Amino acid sequence: MATLARAPRERLEAAIASLAPTPQWERLRGPEAGMVMVRGRMGSVGGAFNLGEMTVARCAVRLDDGRVGHAYRAGRDLRAAELAAVLDACALGPGLPASLAAALAAMDAAEDAARDDRSRRAAATRVDFYGMVRMG
Amino acid sequence: MYVAVKGGERAIENSHAVLAEARRGDAAVPPLTLPQIAGQLGLAVDRVMAEASLYDRELAALAIKQAQGDLVEGAFLLRAYRTTLPRFCASLPVETERMVVERRISATYKDLPGGQVLGPTYDYTHRLLDFSLAAEGDATSAPRADTPLNATMPHVTSLLGAEGLMRPEAPDQEREPADVTRDPPRFPADRSARLQTLARGDEGFVLAMGYSTQRGYGGAHPFAGEIRHGSVAVEIVPEELGFPITIGDIMVTECEMVNQFKGSRTEKPQFTRGYGLVFGHGERKAMGMALVDRALMAAELGEDAVHPAQDHEFVLSHCDNVESSGFVQHLKLPHYVDFQSELELVRRLRAEADLRMAEQQREAAE
Repeated sequence: MATLARAPRERLEAAIASLAPTPQWERLRGPEAGMVMVRGRMGSVGGAFNLGEMTVARCAVRLDDGRVGHAYRAGRDLRAAELAAVLDACALGPGLPASLAAALAAMDAAEDAARDDRSRRAAATRVDFYGMVRMG
Repeated sequence: MYVAVKGGERAIENSHAVLAEARRGDAAVPPLTLPQIAGQLGLAVDRVMAEASLYDRELAALAIKQAQGDLVEGAFLLRAYRTTLPRFCASLPVETERMVVERRISATYKDLPGGQVLGPTYDYTHRLLDFSLAAEGDATSAPRADTPLNATMPHVTSLLGAEGLMRPEAPDQEREPADVTRDPPRFPADRSARLQTLARGDEGFVLAMGYSTQRGYGGAHPFAGEIRHGSVAVEIVPEELGFPITIGDIMVTECEMVNQFKGSRTEKPQFTRGYGLVFGHGERKAMGMALVDRALMAAELGEDAVHPAQDHEFVLSHCDNVESSGFVQHLKLPHYVDFQSELELVRRLRAEADLRMAEQQREAAE
């Protein structure tokens, strides 16, 4: 679900389009926009406090074979939330379709690559301290 | 007395039109797009999200465009929008130890696990205007290291804590934190209410209050134990699922200030921490917040609480810029009737004073 929550909408559209037969679904709830109250920890390790809210889009769907999928995604992209819920349902049970497995793996790989690139950009600014030794 | 209560409609309508024209500026210049604001005025977007207490980059960019770059007005617009959305639930506390770090520095340890990572900062710039930016520049690209940073970085305070030198945080008792958006604050305020209020407080106010503690109005001797900025995953446990799921990532800035504590009858001398956590990249705000958080602990630690930054009611009732701005600016609303009665009162008092002074003069003359 983390993969489907983070993937850009275009990837979700492409993953749905790659499924054969094209899934049919009905909406059980939403898609709808709302908020989640984000919490932090006092002093980074203590009890919780309310930091502030973030926008979230959510959706629940049922496929015509009865599988139920859920999605919660940061932001207000209702279409993406619905697609993510459909893909969540499609990924349930045995026999993950090969095209979906490949799409999910590609989403993860893209996310990992972006994260790795940002981290290596930050790592290039890590300070290497060196000592000056006075001779004589 | 006749009081005009009607008559401003056309003037207001035209004022809206003038505002729209002024906002648009020179029609020969292309209008700003939201991706331009979100991408190139990112720190303004961060401030509006933090002070509106709503994380949504696109909406914050829209608020900035609509408010012509007035960030306090932008926060107000976003706060107003926030009231139109339902709240689904609260998240699990974000784990900043697992932050995907963009920047992380410590002023207390040179060599700390994970290292000093400067990231994007103005700290080492010369603060000279860069006229090359006045020309439309091409995209630039920063170098990349061969390997990424460590996936987790321990907090500096945990290093001190391991030695028993840091006053431990009260353990997480799964207690519901205060929510100042739903329950009016009471004083003295619970620490969860203090941190929530400071996190959404005005950057200028929080900064000035923190500064006051450094200048002697609070007796703080702080060290910037650690400042880190980066993205954290947000997890929720939806009722219908019953297990935690990740819904996305948000950028935050965290500051842990290390302060002295001289100890008490029951506690040995040790360090205490002041904590700051804000949406987006806002180091000034996170540091100010950490200073004020520590100052507001004075009474709990048995210290004299005599300075403004140590006064819960003073700090927490005045740090919100939407509230402050609302109450100050309400003075612009018509007060014709109030003022009319004040006017009559002052005239009557002056007339009485005239009589009294004339009386005194007569008595003196006799």
